[in-house]
Amino acid sequence: MKVDWQTFWPRIVEATGQTLTMVIATLIFSTIIGTIIGLTLFATRKGGILENRWVAIILNLGINIIRPIPFVILLVALMPLTRTVVGTTIGTAAAIFPITIAASFVVARVVENNLISIDPGVIEAAEAMGASPLQIIRTVLIPEALGPLVLGLTFVTVSLIDFSAVAGTVGGGGLGHIAMTHGYQRFDTSVIVVTVVILIILVQLAQWLGNTLSSKILRR
Amino acid sequence: MIEFRNVTKTFQTKGQAITAVEKVSLTVEAGDIFGIIGFSGAGKSTLLRLVNLLEKPTEGEVLINDKSLTDYTKKELRQQRRDIGMIFQNFNLFTSRTVAKNIAYPLELAGVAKAEIKHKVEELLRFVGLSDKAKHYPEQLSGGQKQRVGIARALATSPRILICDEATSALDPNTTADILQLIQKVNKELGITVLLITHEMQVIEAICNRVAVMEEGRVIESGTVFDTFTNPQHATTKRFISATEQDLPSAHLLEKWSGSQLYRLIFKGDKASDPLLSQATRKHQVDVNIIYGTVKELQQRFFGNLIVSFEGEEQKIQAVLQELRQAIEVKEVAIA
Ligand SMILES: Nc1ncnc2c1ncn2[C@@H]1O[C@H](COP(=O)(O)OP(=O)(O)OP(=O)(O)O)[C@@H](O)[C@H]1O
Ligand SMILES: [Mg+2]
Repeated sequence: MKVDWQTFWPRIVEATGQTLTMVIATLIFSTIIGTIIGLTLFATRKGGILENRWVAIILNLGINIIRPIPFVILLVALMPLTRTVVGTTIGTAAAIFPITIAASFVVARVVENNLISIDPGVIEAAEAMGASPLQIIRTVLIPEALGPLVLGLTFVTVSLIDFSAVAGTVGGGGLGHIAMTHGYQRFDTSVIVVTVVILIILVQLAQWLGNTLSSKILRR
Repeated sequence: MIEFRNVTKTFQTKGQAITAVEKVSLTVEAGDIFGIIGFSGAGKSTLLRLVNLLEKPTEGEVLINDKSLTDYTKKELRQQRRDIGMIFQNFNLFTSRTVAKNIAYPLELAGVAKAEIKHKVEELLRFVGLSDKAKHYPEQLSGGQKQRVGIARALATSPRILICDEATSALDPNTTADILQLIQKVNKELGITVLLITHEMQVIEAICNRVAVMEEGRVIESGTVFDTFTNPQHATTKRFISATEQDLPSAHLLEKWSGSQLYRLIFKGDKASDPLLSQATRKHQVDVNIIYGTVKELQQRFFGNLIVSFEGEEQKIQAVLQELRQAIEVKEVAIA
Protein backbone atom coordinates (compact mmCIF):
# COMPACT_ATOMS: atom_id res chain seq x y z
CA MET A 1 0.00 0.00 0.00
CA LYS A 2 1.50 3.26 -1.17
CA VAL A 3 1.12 6.48 0.78
CA ASP A 4 -0.76 9.44 -0.55
CA TRP A 5 1.99 12.10 -0.63
CA GLN A 6 -0.56 14.91 -0.53
CA THR A 7 -1.51 14.00 3.04
CA PHE A 8 1.76 12.34 3.92
CA TRP A 9 4.04 15.41 3.67
CA PRO A 10 2.75 17.00 6.88
CA ARG A 11 3.59 13.73 8.66
CA ILE A 12 7.11 13.83 7.26
CA VAL A 13 7.48 17.41 8.46
CA GLU A 14 6.16 16.47 11.88
CA ALA A 15 8.51 13.46 12.06
CA THR A 16 11.48 15.60 11.05
CA GLY A 17 10.52 17.96 13.87
CA GLN A 18 10.44 15.03 16.30
CA THR A 19 13.83 13.82 15.12
CA LEU A 20 15.28 17.31 15.50
CA THR A 21 13.77 17.60 18.98
CA MET A 22 15.29 14.29 19.99
CA VAL A 23 18.70 15.17 18.56
CA ILE A 24 18.86 18.67 19.99
CA ALA A 25 17.52 17.69 23.42
CA THR A 26 19.82 14.68 23.73
CA LEU A 27 22.77 16.69 22.46
CA ILE A 28 22.23 19.29 25.17
CA PHE A 29 21.66 16.76 27.96
CA SER A 30 24.46 14.40 26.95
CA THR A 31 26.88 17.28 26.46
CA ILE A 32 26.22 18.49 29.98
CA ILE A 33 26.33 15.05 31.60
CA GLY A 34 29.14 13.75 29.37
CA THR A 35 31.30 16.82 29.94
CA ILE A 36 30.94 16.48 33.69
CA ILE A 37 31.84 12.78 33.53
CA GLY A 38 34.70 13.44 31.09
CA LEU A 39 36.15 16.23 33.21
CA THR A 40 35.90 14.05 36.29
CA LEU A 41 37.60 11.19 34.47
CA PHE A 42 40.42 13.49 33.42
CA ALA A 43 40.82 15.23 36.76
CA THR A 44 40.84 12.03 38.81
CA ARG A 45 43.28 10.07 36.65
CA LYS A 46 46.80 9.35 37.90
CA GLY A 47 48.71 12.60 38.25
CA GLY A 48 45.51 14.57 37.58
CA ILE A 49 44.54 17.81 39.27
CA LEU A 50 42.12 15.98 41.57
CA GLU A 51 43.69 12.53 41.51
CA ASN A 52 41.35 9.96 43.01
CA ARG A 53 41.99 6.34 42.25
CA TRP A 54 38.60 4.94 43.19
CA VAL A 55 36.47 7.51 41.39
CA ALA A 56 38.58 6.95 38.28
CA ILE A 57 38.26 3.17 38.48
CA ILE A 58 34.49 3.24 39.01
CA LEU A 59 33.85 5.73 36.20
CA ASN A 60 36.01 3.81 33.76
CA LEU A 61 34.33 0.56 34.69
CA GLY A 62 30.89 2.12 34.18
CA ILE A 63 31.79 3.48 30.79
CA ASN A 64 33.42 0.28 29.67
CA ILE A 65 30.31 -1.68 30.63
CA ILE A 66 27.75 0.62 29.01
CA ARG A 67 29.57 1.63 25.82
CA PRO A 68 29.99 -1.74 24.10
CA ILE A 69 26.25 -2.53 24.48
CA PRO A 70 24.58 -2.08 21.07
CA PHE A 71 22.14 0.82 21.30
CA VAL A 72 19.07 -1.27 20.34
CA ILE A 73 19.73 -3.59 23.25
CA LEU A 74 20.44 -0.77 25.67
CA LEU A 75 17.21 0.88 24.57
CA VAL A 76 15.20 -2.22 25.42
CA ALA A 77 17.15 -2.96 28.60
CA LEU A 78 16.54 0.55 29.87
CA MET A 79 12.76 0.40 29.30
CA PRO A 80 11.80 -0.28 32.92
CA LEU A 81 14.01 2.62 34.04
CA THR A 82 12.62 4.81 31.26
CA ARG A 83 9.08 4.07 32.44
CA THR A 84 9.96 5.06 36.00
CA VAL A 85 11.71 8.26 34.98
CA VAL A 86 9.60 9.50 32.05
CA GLY A 87 6.32 7.71 32.86
CA THR A 88 6.03 6.01 29.46
CA THR A 89 8.20 4.13 26.98
CA ILE A 90 6.45 5.44 23.88
CA GLY A 91 7.02 8.74 22.16
CA THR A 92 9.71 11.32 21.66
CA ALA A 93 10.13 12.20 25.34
CA ALA A 94 10.58 8.54 26.21
CA ALA A 95 13.26 8.17 23.52
CA ILE A 96 15.26 11.12 24.82
CA PHE A 97 16.08 9.34 28.10
CA PRO A 98 17.89 6.23 26.76
CA ILE A 99 19.59 8.21 23.99
CA THR A 100 20.92 10.67 26.57
CA ILE A 101 22.29 7.82 28.69
CA ALA A 102 24.04 6.15 25.76
CA ALA A 103 25.36 9.41 24.32
CA SER A 104 26.61 10.77 27.66
CA PHE A 105 29.16 7.99 27.91
CA VAL A 106 30.29 8.59 24.35
CA VAL A 107 30.63 12.32 25.06
CA ALA A 108 32.53 11.51 28.28
CA ARG A 109 35.20 9.64 26.31
CA VAL A 110 35.33 12.33 23.63
CA VAL A 111 35.81 15.00 26.29
CA GLU A 112 38.43 12.93 28.12
CA ASN A 113 40.40 12.28 24.92
CA ASN A 114 40.43 15.95 24.02
CA LEU A 115 41.56 16.92 27.51
CA ILE A 116 44.39 14.40 27.40
CA SER A 117 45.71 16.08 24.27
CA ILE A 118 46.09 19.42 26.07
CA ASP A 119 49.77 20.16 26.75
CA PRO A 120 50.28 19.22 30.43
CA GLY A 121 52.75 22.10 30.67
CA VAL A 122 49.90 24.58 30.25
CA ILE A 123 47.99 23.02 33.13
CA GLU A 124 51.15 23.08 35.21
CA ALA A 125 51.69 26.74 34.37
CA ALA A 126 48.21 27.51 35.69
CA GLU A 127 48.93 25.55 38.85
CA ALA A 128 52.18 27.43 39.32
CA MET A 129 50.22 30.69 39.05
CA GLY A 130 48.01 29.60 41.92
CA ALA A 131 44.95 28.30 40.07
CA SER A 132 42.65 25.96 42.02
CA PRO A 133 41.46 22.72 40.41
CA LEU A 134 38.04 24.22 39.65
CA GLN A 135 39.65 27.33 38.17
CA ILE A 136 41.84 25.11 36.01
CA ILE A 137 38.79 23.26 34.72
CA ARG A 138 36.93 26.47 33.92
CA THR A 139 39.75 28.66 32.65
CA VAL A 140 42.21 26.20 31.14
CA LEU A 141 40.77 22.77 30.35
CA ILE A 142 37.52 23.84 28.70
CA PRO A 143 38.81 26.80 26.66
CA GLU A 144 41.99 25.03 25.57
CA ALA A 145 40.10 21.92 24.41
CA LEU A 146 37.06 23.70 22.98
CA GLY A 147 37.99 23.58 19.27
CA PRO A 148 38.53 19.83 18.98
CA LEU A 149 35.73 19.30 21.49
CA VAL A 150 33.23 20.91 19.12
CA LEU A 151 34.41 18.57 16.37
CA GLY A 152 33.99 15.64 18.74
CA LEU A 153 30.48 16.77 19.62
CA THR A 154 29.69 17.08 15.91
CA PHE A 155 30.70 13.46 15.54
CA VAL A 156 28.43 12.61 18.47
CA THR A 157 25.56 14.56 16.86
CA VAL A 158 25.78 12.33 13.82
CA SER A 159 25.49 9.27 16.09
CA LEU A 160 22.54 10.96 17.80
CA ILE A 161 20.71 11.16 14.48
CA ASP A 162 21.46 7.46 14.12
CA PHE A 163 20.32 6.71 17.71
CA SER A 164 17.12 8.71 17.23
CA ALA A 165 16.26 6.71 14.12
CA VAL A 166 16.78 3.47 16.03
CA ALA A 167 14.71 4.74 18.95
CA GLY A 168 12.07 5.70 16.39
CA THR A 169 11.69 2.12 15.27
CA VAL A 170 10.60 1.05 18.73
CA GLY A 171 8.05 3.78 19.27
CA GLY A 172 10.14 6.92 19.69
CA GLY A 173 8.51 8.69 16.77
CA GLY A 174 10.46 10.72 14.26
CA LEU A 175 11.84 9.76 10.87
CA GLY A 176 12.96 6.32 12.04
CA HIS A 177 9.41 5.49 13.02
CA ILE A 178 8.03 6.56 9.64
CA ALA A 179 10.68 4.71 7.70
CA MET A 180 9.94 1.60 9.74
CA THR A 181 6.14 1.63 9.63
CA HIS A 182 5.59 2.87 6.09
CA GLY A 183 8.78 2.00 4.32
CA TYR A 184 9.80 -1.29 5.82
CA GLN A 185 6.57 -2.88 6.95
CA ARG A 186 4.54 -1.69 3.92
CA PHE A 187 7.28 -1.96 1.33
CA ASP A 188 7.01 1.67 0.23
CA THR A 189 10.44 2.50 -1.19
CA SER A 190 9.57 6.13 -1.82
CA VAL A 191 9.11 6.73 1.93
CA ILE A 192 12.48 5.14 2.65
CA VAL A 193 14.14 7.30 0.00
CA VAL A 194 12.57 10.50 1.36
CA THR A 195 13.54 9.77 4.98
CA VAL A 196 17.05 8.77 4.01
CA VAL A 197 17.49 11.97 2.02
CA ILE A 198 16.25 14.05 4.95
CA LEU A 199 18.60 12.20 7.34
CA ILE A 200 21.53 12.81 4.99
CA ILE A 201 20.70 16.50 4.82
CA LEU A 202 20.52 16.66 8.62
CA VAL A 203 23.91 14.96 8.96
CA GLN A 204 25.49 17.29 6.40
CA LEU A 205 24.02 20.29 8.15
CA ALA A 206 25.32 19.17 11.55
CA GLN A 207 28.77 18.47 10.13
CA TRP A 208 28.92 21.85 8.41
CA LEU A 209 27.83 23.67 11.56
CA GLY A 210 30.38 21.81 13.66
CA ASN A 211 33.22 22.42 11.23
CA THR A 212 32.44 26.11 10.93
CA LEU A 213 32.18 26.57 14.67
CA SER A 214 35.38 24.70 15.49
CA SER A 215 37.42 26.47 12.83
CA LYS A 216 36.17 29.77 14.27
CA ILE A 217 37.39 28.69 17.70
CA LEU A 218 40.67 27.30 16.39
CA ARG A 219 41.20 30.40 14.21
CA ARG A 220 41.97 28.40 11.09
CA MET B 1 65.42 33.75 50.40
CA ILE B 2 65.19 30.19 49.06
CA GLU B 3 66.75 27.52 51.21
CA PHE B 4 66.94 23.83 50.43
CA ARG B 5 67.54 21.86 53.59
CA ASN B 6 68.72 18.35 52.95
CA VAL B 7 66.00 17.85 50.36
CA THR B 8 65.34 14.47 48.79
CA LYS B 9 62.69 13.68 46.19
CA THR B 10 61.94 10.08 45.31
CA PHE B 11 59.44 9.05 42.64
CA GLN B 12 57.67 5.73 43.04
CA THR B 13 57.15 4.20 39.66
CA LYS B 14 56.10 0.66 38.88
CA GLY B 15 58.29 -1.53 41.00
CA GLN B 16 61.13 0.91 41.50
CA ALA B 17 61.98 4.12 43.24
CA ILE B 18 63.79 6.87 41.34
CA THR B 19 65.65 9.38 43.45
CA ALA B 20 65.57 12.50 41.32
CA VAL B 21 66.95 14.83 44.00
CA GLU B 22 69.17 13.57 46.80
CA LYS B 23 70.09 15.39 50.01
CA VAL B 24 70.40 18.81 48.43
CA SER B 25 71.26 21.76 50.63
CA LEU B 26 71.53 25.15 48.95
CA THR B 27 70.80 28.74 49.77
CA VAL B 28 69.72 31.31 47.23
CA GLU B 29 70.16 34.82 48.62
CA ALA B 30 67.83 37.73 47.87
CA GLY B 31 69.04 39.49 44.73
CA ASP B 32 70.90 36.47 43.34
CA ILE B 33 70.69 35.17 39.83
CA PHE B 34 71.39 31.63 40.85
CA GLY B 35 72.05 29.05 38.15
CA ILE B 36 71.81 25.31 38.49
CA ILE B 37 73.56 23.40 35.74
CA GLY B 38 73.54 19.71 35.01
CA PHE B 39 73.22 17.19 32.22
CA SER B 40 69.86 15.73 31.23
CA GLY B 41 68.27 13.70 34.01
CA ALA B 42 70.40 15.26 36.74
CA GLY B 43 67.25 16.32 38.60
CA LYS B 44 67.29 20.03 37.82
CA SER B 45 63.63 20.36 36.87
CA THR B 46 62.57 18.36 39.88
CA LEU B 47 64.64 20.59 42.16
CA LEU B 48 63.08 23.69 40.64
CA ARG B 49 59.55 22.33 40.96
CA LEU B 50 60.18 21.74 44.65
CA VAL B 51 60.45 25.51 45.08
CA ASN B 52 56.78 26.20 44.32
CA LEU B 53 55.72 22.78 45.54
CA LEU B 54 54.69 21.43 42.15
CA GLU B 55 56.59 18.49 43.67
CA LYS B 56 56.50 17.70 47.36
CA PRO B 57 59.84 16.86 48.97
CA THR B 58 60.08 13.26 50.18
CA GLU B 59 62.53 14.35 52.86
CA GLY B 60 63.91 17.66 54.06
CA GLU B 61 62.30 21.00 53.39
CA VAL B 62 62.38 24.00 51.11
CA LEU B 63 62.09 27.32 52.86
CA ILE B 64 60.95 30.50 51.15
CA ASN B 65 61.71 33.50 53.34
CA ASP B 66 62.25 31.10 56.24
CA LYS B 67 58.86 29.44 55.84
CA SER B 68 58.22 26.00 54.47
CA LEU B 69 55.51 25.88 51.81
CA THR B 70 54.43 22.47 53.10
CA ASP B 71 53.12 24.20 56.24
CA TYR B 72 50.44 26.07 54.31
CA THR B 73 46.92 24.90 53.55
CA LYS B 74 46.07 24.37 49.89
CA LYS B 75 44.43 27.77 49.70
CA GLU B 76 47.34 29.54 51.36
CA LEU B 77 49.73 27.67 49.07
CA ARG B 78 47.95 29.05 45.99
CA GLN B 79 48.34 32.50 47.51
CA GLN B 80 52.04 31.90 48.11
CA ARG B 81 52.57 30.70 44.56
CA ARG B 82 51.70 34.18 43.30
CA ASP B 83 54.92 35.29 44.93
CA ILE B 84 56.95 32.88 42.79
CA GLY B 85 56.80 33.48 39.03
CA MET B 86 57.72 30.58 36.79
CA ILE B 87 58.78 30.38 33.14
CA PHE B 88 59.26 27.30 31.02
CA GLN B 89 61.30 25.88 28.16
CA ASN B 90 58.19 25.47 26.02
CA PHE B 91 56.64 28.73 27.22
CA ASN B 92 53.34 27.02 28.15
CA LEU B 93 51.18 29.89 26.94
CA PHE B 94 47.41 29.45 26.70
CA THR B 95 46.64 28.95 23.00
CA SER B 96 43.05 30.09 23.49
CA ARG B 97 44.11 33.46 24.89
CA THR B 98 45.70 36.48 23.27
CA VAL B 99 49.02 37.81 24.50
CA ALA B 100 47.27 40.38 26.69
CA LYS B 101 44.86 37.74 28.06
CA ASN B 102 47.75 35.40 28.82
CA ILE B 103 49.42 38.09 30.87
CA ALA B 104 46.12 38.96 32.52
CA TYR B 105 45.50 35.36 33.57
CA PRO B 106 47.27 35.30 36.95
CA LEU B 107 45.64 38.65 37.78
CA GLU B 108 42.20 37.27 36.94
CA LEU B 109 42.92 34.35 39.27
CA ALA B 110 43.87 36.78 41.99
CA GLY B 111 40.57 38.61 41.51
CA VAL B 112 42.12 41.93 40.51
CA ALA B 113 39.70 44.53 39.14
CA LYS B 114 39.35 44.78 35.35
CA ALA B 115 40.67 48.33 35.02
CA GLU B 116 43.67 47.53 37.14
CA ILE B 117 44.40 44.40 35.08
CA LYS B 118 44.31 46.45 31.88
CA HIS B 119 46.74 48.96 33.32
CA LYS B 120 49.10 46.31 34.66
CA VAL B 121 49.07 44.33 31.40
CA GLU B 122 49.97 47.44 29.41
CA GLU B 123 52.82 48.16 31.78
CA LEU B 124 54.13 44.58 31.51
CA LEU B 125 53.85 44.60 27.72
CA ARG B 126 55.97 47.73 27.69
CA PHE B 127 58.49 46.17 30.06
CA VAL B 128 59.03 43.15 27.81
CA GLY B 129 58.80 45.22 24.62
CA LEU B 130 55.66 43.67 23.13
CA SER B 131 53.13 46.50 23.27
CA ASP B 132 52.30 46.03 19.59
CA LYS B 133 51.48 42.34 20.03
CA ALA B 134 48.77 42.60 22.70
CA LYS B 135 45.99 41.22 20.49
CA HIS B 136 48.06 38.48 18.83
CA TYR B 137 47.65 34.81 19.63
CA PRO B 138 50.67 32.73 20.74
CA GLU B 139 50.93 30.87 17.41
CA GLN B 140 51.57 34.22 15.71
CA LEU B 141 54.71 34.85 17.78
CA SER B 142 58.34 33.79 17.45
CA GLY B 143 59.95 31.72 20.20
CA GLY B 144 61.65 34.74 21.73
CA GLN B 145 58.40 36.71 21.74
CA LYS B 146 56.58 33.78 23.35
CA GLN B 147 59.16 33.69 26.13
CA ARG B 148 58.72 37.45 26.62
CA VAL B 149 55.01 36.82 27.10
CA GLY B 150 55.90 34.01 29.51
CA ILE B 151 58.07 36.40 31.49
CA ALA B 152 55.43 39.14 31.51
CA ARG B 153 52.84 36.62 32.71
CA ALA B 154 55.18 35.37 35.44
CA LEU B 155 55.74 38.96 36.60
CA ALA B 156 52.07 39.93 36.61
CA THR B 157 51.49 39.26 40.29
CA SER B 158 54.69 41.13 41.24
CA PRO B 159 56.51 38.11 42.62
CA ARG B 160 59.75 38.35 44.57
CA ILE B 161 61.15 35.19 43.03
CA LEU B 162 61.35 34.10 39.41
CA ILE B 163 62.15 30.46 38.65
CA CYS B 164 63.15 29.50 35.11
CA ASP B 165 63.12 25.96 33.76
CA GLU B 166 65.46 25.93 30.75
CA ALA B 167 63.94 29.22 29.64
CA THR B 168 66.27 29.64 26.67
CA SER B 169 66.83 26.03 25.62
CA ALA B 170 64.33 26.23 22.77
CA LEU B 171 65.78 29.47 21.39
CA ASP B 172 68.55 30.33 18.94
CA PRO B 173 71.74 31.99 20.27
CA ASN B 174 70.69 35.56 19.44
CA THR B 175 67.26 35.21 20.96
CA THR B 176 68.82 33.45 23.95
CA ALA B 177 71.00 36.48 24.54
CA ASP B 178 67.96 38.80 24.36
CA ILE B 179 65.96 36.73 26.81
CA LEU B 180 68.92 36.46 29.19
CA GLN B 181 69.25 40.23 29.07
CA LEU B 182 65.57 40.56 29.90
CA ILE B 183 65.96 38.19 32.86
CA GLN B 184 68.88 40.30 34.03
CA LYS B 185 66.72 43.40 33.73
CA VAL B 186 64.04 41.69 35.82
CA ASN B 187 66.67 41.04 38.46
CA LYS B 188 68.28 44.47 38.42
CA GLU B 189 65.32 46.77 37.85
CA LEU B 190 62.62 44.93 39.76
CA GLY B 191 64.88 43.40 42.40
CA ILE B 192 63.52 39.93 41.76
CA THR B 193 65.60 36.94 42.88
CA VAL B 194 66.12 34.51 40.01
CA LEU B 195 66.70 30.78 40.22
CA LEU B 196 67.31 29.21 36.85
CA ILE B 197 68.27 25.80 35.57
CA THR B 198 70.09 25.08 32.35
CA HIS B 199 72.44 22.67 30.66
CA GLU B 200 74.33 25.46 28.93
CA MET B 201 77.38 26.98 30.56
CA GLN B 202 76.93 30.13 28.43
CA VAL B 203 73.71 30.91 30.25
CA ILE B 204 75.42 30.72 33.64
CA GLU B 205 78.36 32.72 32.34
CA ALA B 206 76.17 35.43 30.88
CA ILE B 207 73.97 36.38 33.83
CA CYS B 208 74.42 34.28 36.98
CA ASN B 209 76.38 35.35 40.02
CA ARG B 210 76.19 31.99 41.71
CA VAL B 211 76.07 28.47 40.38
CA ALA B 212 75.47 24.93 41.56
CA VAL B 213 76.39 21.88 39.51
CA MET B 214 74.08 18.88 39.74
CA GLU B 215 74.72 15.27 38.92
CA GLU B 216 72.51 12.28 39.62
CA GLY B 217 70.30 14.25 41.96
CA ARG B 218 73.11 15.71 44.04
CA VAL B 219 74.76 19.10 44.09
CA ILE B 220 78.40 18.29 43.49
CA GLU B 221 79.81 21.79 43.46
CA SER B 222 78.54 25.28 44.16
CA GLY B 223 79.84 28.79 44.68
CA THR B 224 80.28 32.06 42.86
CA VAL B 225 80.36 31.72 39.10
CA PHE B 226 83.84 33.22 38.98
CA ASP B 227 85.38 30.78 41.46
CA THR B 228 83.59 27.76 40.07
CA PHE B 229 84.44 28.66 36.53
CA THR B 230 88.06 29.51 37.07
CA ASN B 231 88.81 26.73 39.49
CA PRO B 232 86.47 23.80 38.84
CA GLN B 233 86.89 20.91 41.25
CA HIS B 234 84.66 18.21 39.94
CA ALA B 235 85.08 16.33 36.68
CA THR B 236 81.54 17.14 35.58
CA THR B 237 82.08 20.84 36.19
CA LYS B 238 85.22 20.66 34.08
CA ARG B 239 83.26 18.99 31.33
CA PHE B 240 80.77 21.85 31.30
CA ILE B 241 83.51 24.39 31.13
CA SER B 242 85.46 22.63 28.43
CA ALA B 243 82.25 22.41 26.44
CA THR B 244 82.32 26.20 26.08
CA GLU B 245 86.04 26.75 25.87
CA GLN B 246 88.24 23.94 24.84
CA ASP B 247 91.23 23.54 27.06
CA LEU B 248 93.60 22.58 24.29
CA PRO B 249 93.68 22.80 20.53
CA SER B 250 93.27 19.48 18.75
CA ALA B 251 96.12 16.96 18.70
CA HIS B 252 96.51 17.65 15.01
CA LEU B 253 97.40 21.28 15.65
CA LEU B 254 99.49 20.50 18.69
CA GLU B 255 101.79 18.29 16.63
CA LYS B 256 103.46 21.41 15.29
CA TRP B 257 104.75 22.20 18.75
CA SER B 258 105.90 18.73 19.64
CA GLY B 259 109.50 19.89 20.08
CA SER B 260 108.80 22.73 22.47
CA GLN B 261 107.48 23.02 26.00
CA LEU B 262 104.05 24.64 26.24
CA TYR B 263 102.75 26.54 29.22
CA ARG B 264 99.26 27.41 30.29
CA LEU B 265 98.91 30.87 31.81
CA ILE B 266 95.80 31.56 33.84
CA PHE B 267 94.93 35.18 34.55
CA LYS B 268 92.15 36.08 36.93
CA GLY B 269 90.51 39.37 37.71
CA ASP B 270 92.70 42.48 37.45
CA LYS B 271 95.74 40.43 36.50
CA ALA B 272 94.18 39.81 33.14
CA SER B 273 94.42 43.47 32.29
CA ASP B 274 98.02 44.00 33.47
CA PRO B 275 100.69 43.79 30.75
CA LEU B 276 102.51 41.08 32.74
CA LEU B 277 103.46 38.83 29.91
CA SER B 278 104.86 41.50 27.65
CA GLN B 279 106.76 43.14 30.52
CA ALA B 280 108.44 39.92 31.64
CA THR B 281 109.36 38.73 28.18
CA ARG B 282 110.73 42.12 27.14
CA LYS B 283 112.77 42.42 30.29
CA HIS B 284 114.45 39.04 29.78
CA GLN B 285 114.58 39.22 26.00
CA VAL B 286 112.49 36.14 25.46
CA ASP B 287 110.01 35.74 22.58
CA VAL B 288 106.56 34.52 23.34
CA ASN B 289 104.25 32.64 21.03
CA ILE B 290 100.59 32.72 21.95
CA ILE B 291 99.23 29.49 20.59
CA TYR B 292 95.76 29.19 21.89
CA GLY B 293 93.46 30.62 24.49
CA THR B 294 90.55 32.74 25.59
CA VAL B 295 90.03 35.88 27.57
CA LYS B 296 86.53 36.46 28.78
CA GLU B 297 84.43 38.40 31.19
CA LEU B 298 82.80 36.64 34.12
CA GLN B 299 80.78 38.61 36.62
CA GLN B 300 82.45 41.79 35.41
CA ARG B 301 85.92 40.33 35.95
CA PHE B 302 88.42 39.13 33.39
CA PHE B 303 89.42 35.55 33.10
CA GLY B 304 92.21 34.59 30.72
CA ASN B 305 93.53 31.19 29.79
CA LEU B 306 96.45 31.19 27.34
CA ILE B 307 98.69 28.49 25.98
CA VAL B 308 102.10 29.83 25.05
CA SER B 309 105.60 28.74 24.16
CA PHE B 310 108.80 30.71 24.76
CA GLU B 311 111.80 31.10 22.53
CA GLY B 312 115.15 32.14 23.95
CA GLU B 313 117.88 31.02 26.30
CA GLU B 314 116.62 28.43 28.76
CA GLN B 315 117.87 30.41 31.74
CA LYS B 316 116.01 33.49 30.63
CA ILE B 317 112.85 31.54 30.02
CA GLN B 318 113.04 30.22 33.58
CA ALA B 319 113.41 33.77 34.82
CA VAL B 320 110.30 34.83 32.93
CA LEU B 321 108.37 31.91 34.33
CA GLN B 322 109.46 32.71 37.83
CA GLU B 323 108.35 36.28 37.44
CA LEU B 324 105.00 35.26 36.02
CA ARG B 325 104.39 32.71 38.77
CA GLN B 326 104.43 35.45 41.33
CA ALA B 327 101.37 37.05 39.78
CA ILE B 328 99.46 34.41 37.90
CA GLU B 329 99.02 30.68 37.61
CA VAL B 330 101.46 28.89 35.28
CA LYS B 331 101.18 25.21 34.38
CA GLU B 332 103.25 23.07 32.10
CA VAL B 333 101.19 21.53 29.33
CA ALA B 334 101.94 17.92 28.57
CA ILE B 335 101.56 17.05 24.92
CA ALA B 336 100.41 13.50 24.53
N1 LIG C 1 57.00 12.50 37.76
C1 LIG C 1 58.06 11.66 37.68
N2 LIG C 1 57.89 10.34 37.88
C2 LIG C 1 58.93 9.50 37.80
N3 LIG C 1 60.19 9.87 37.56
C3 LIG C 1 60.43 11.16 37.36
C4 LIG C 1 59.38 12.13 37.40
N4 LIG C 1 59.92 13.35 37.17
C5 LIG C 1 61.24 13.15 36.98
N5 LIG C 1 61.56 11.84 37.11
C6 LIG C 1 62.91 11.25 36.99
O1 LIG C 1 63.79 11.98 37.80
C7 LIG C 1 65.04 12.16 37.18
C8 LIG C 1 65.37 13.65 37.09
O2 LIG C 1 64.46 14.28 36.22
P1 LIG C 1 64.47 15.84 35.94
O3 LIG C 1 63.39 16.12 34.97
O4 LIG C 1 64.44 16.57 37.22
O5 LIG C 1 65.88 16.02 35.24
P2 LIG C 1 66.49 17.30 34.52
O6 LIG C 1 67.83 17.52 35.11
O7 LIG C 1 65.52 18.41 34.54
O8 LIG C 1 66.68 16.76 33.04
P3 LIG C 1 66.46 17.53 31.65
O9 LIG C 1 67.68 18.37 31.43
O10 LIG C 1 66.39 16.39 30.66
O11 LIG C 1 65.21 18.31 31.73
C9 LIG C 1 64.94 11.48 35.83
O12 LIG C 1 65.52 10.22 35.94
C10 LIG C 1 63.47 11.36 35.58
O13 LIG C 1 63.18 10.26 34.81
MG1 LIG D 1 64.35 19.44 32.98
